[in-house]
Amino acid sequence: MKKLISLVLAALMALTLFAACGKSNDDSKDNTDDTAEVTGTVSTDGSTSMEKVIMSLGESFQAEHKGITVGYNPTGSGSGITAVSEGRCDIGLASRALKDDEKAAGLKETVLALDGIAIIVNPENKVSDLTIEQIAKIYTGEITNWKDVGGDDAEIVLIGREAGSGTRDGFESITDTKDSCKYRQELTSTGDVITTVAGNPNAIGYASLASVKDTVKALSVNGVAPSEATVSDGSYEVQRPFVLVTKEGVELSKAAQLFFDYATSKDAAEVISAAGAVPVAK
Amino acid sequence: MKTKTKNLIENIVHAIFLILGLVTVAAVLMITVYLIVSGIPAIREIGLTDFLFGKKWASTAATPSYGILPFILTSVYGTAGAICLGVPVGFMASVYLAKMARPRVRAVVVEAVSLLAGIPSVVYGLVGMMVLVPGIRKVFNVPDGASLLAAIIVLAIMILPSIIKVSMTSLEAVPKEYEDASLALGATPTETYFRVSVPAAKSGIAAAVVLGVGRAIGEAMAVMMVSGNAPNMPELFQSVRFLTTAVASEMSYSSGLQRQALFSIALVLFLFIMLINATLNFLLKRDKSNG
Repeated sequence: MKKLISLVLAALMALTLFAACGKSNDDSKDNTDDTAEVTGTVSTDGSTSMEKVIMSLGESFQAEHKGITVGYNPTGSGSGITAVSEGRCDIGLASRALKDDEKAAGLKETVLALDGIAIIVNPENKVSDLTIEQIAKIYTGEITNWKDVGGDDAEIVLIGREAGSGTRDGFESITDTKDSCKYRQELTSTGDVITTVAGNPNAIGYASLASVKDTVKALSVNGVAPSEATVSDGSYEVQRPFVLVTKEGVELSKAAQLFFDYATSKDAAEVISAAGAVPVAK
Repeated sequence: MKTKTKNLIENIVHAIFLILGLVTVAAVLMITVYLIVSGIPAIREIGLTDFLFGKKWASTAATPSYGILPFILTSVYGTAGAICLGVPVGFMASVYLAKMARPRVRAVVVEAVSLLAGIPSVVYGLVGMMVLVPGIRKVFNVPDGASLLAAIIVLAIMILPSIIKVSMTSLEAVPKEYEDASLALGATPTETYFRVSVPAAKSGIAAAVVLGVGRAIGEAMAVMMVSGNAPNMPELFQSVRFLTTAVASEMSYSSGLQRQALFSIALVLFLFIMLINATLNFLLKRDKSNG
């Protein structure tokens, strides 16, 4: 019995020790916040298309600010926006402009960069240029064979993203095919779309220009090939904004504010373009 | 004094184990209540018949429609297909392993079956996506291989381990006297296994099939990667969406009624699985009272 009591006492003492530790840590953190070296974490949450941009921004930012960790949670634009409005993350990431009701709910958008949506086909495909009208007709099922747009005699396989995806929303609003796309496959990530198109010679899909690899061929639209320059000057028409979402009237934590300022500064422009998107800060 | 402390410790330990046991019960209750509470509102708003028997799912359209009949039918067809392919193979394999195989062969095969059970579903999906989907496209000369057929094949392989293991256990539990008696009467070993052992183990084998159904209907990841995910009515070479993948693929971006409807789909799936579990329990109980 004595043994048991002493054991319990020892455990209790150990616990209080930890509790004390936790407290003193908190105190020291509060103190350092006022000095030059800011520590803490910045949590970002949202668009899967923005992964590359945010990860590279986070890396270069952390190289300068050793005490700050930038976290990224790839959940999708919708989830990111919800997360900000519920206060579950510091900065939300959306690969589309905010809707009016989202703005009315007290959210603020800051355009970080522009992203071209590449229309991709298998490298074996002979077609290399389509107009926006042709793309719209293909996706709504009016054109179902590649020979109608100058390719081989084969059925077109439409690959798209799932309902609610920022890329799908961007693509459908640009091509004006909202709710009328006849997808053969609805995949849940940009990578899946690229893999599937790379594996099927008759497939067509869309994906963020930043993530397009050599395994697929990006078509030119209305005669303009997708590239940073053509997206930036607006001549490549299939493009959308990458947006940082914050809450109106709610102050960001010091670490988050530092990251926000860095991401929208000129210094970050190089990092953003290295990640494949087109920076807006000039 | 000594017995008193002993009793005290005994009681404390008893309480701790009781609490640990109740954690499971609490988790089940919480999930059930949560699913019902969050699943009912959308069904109310959409209307039960429109929801269950509507043929069109367009959750983000300007005038959204939330009919999950395509998902229900796909899940039913997909599971039925997987059972049709998987049960004969699994059943024969289990008879072979339980009764005929030499010990060495048996050890190797049983090991392989356990390994098959341990492969994560995302790996099944990946292999399916890289090998099976392009394969189906070429073999059947269809525009795209991501289809109900691909999902059925993947599911059939995934349910093999549960079918083989459970039927093996019940076949091995058949009293040896039955078989000895049959052999003594002049039946060949094969006749004995199929005419005596299998009928004696039939409720265990039925339980194995039901377990396979449960596994197939609840699988999401592997199916999502090979079935194409378009909300079509099920057709063998058409891209389809299952109940599970309907929830999984749209959950991350969903909001409002769309999200509530996803919970309702989860509720429907939950009811299906409850039904399957009830069947399983019934079969196992009958097995016990027979044995």
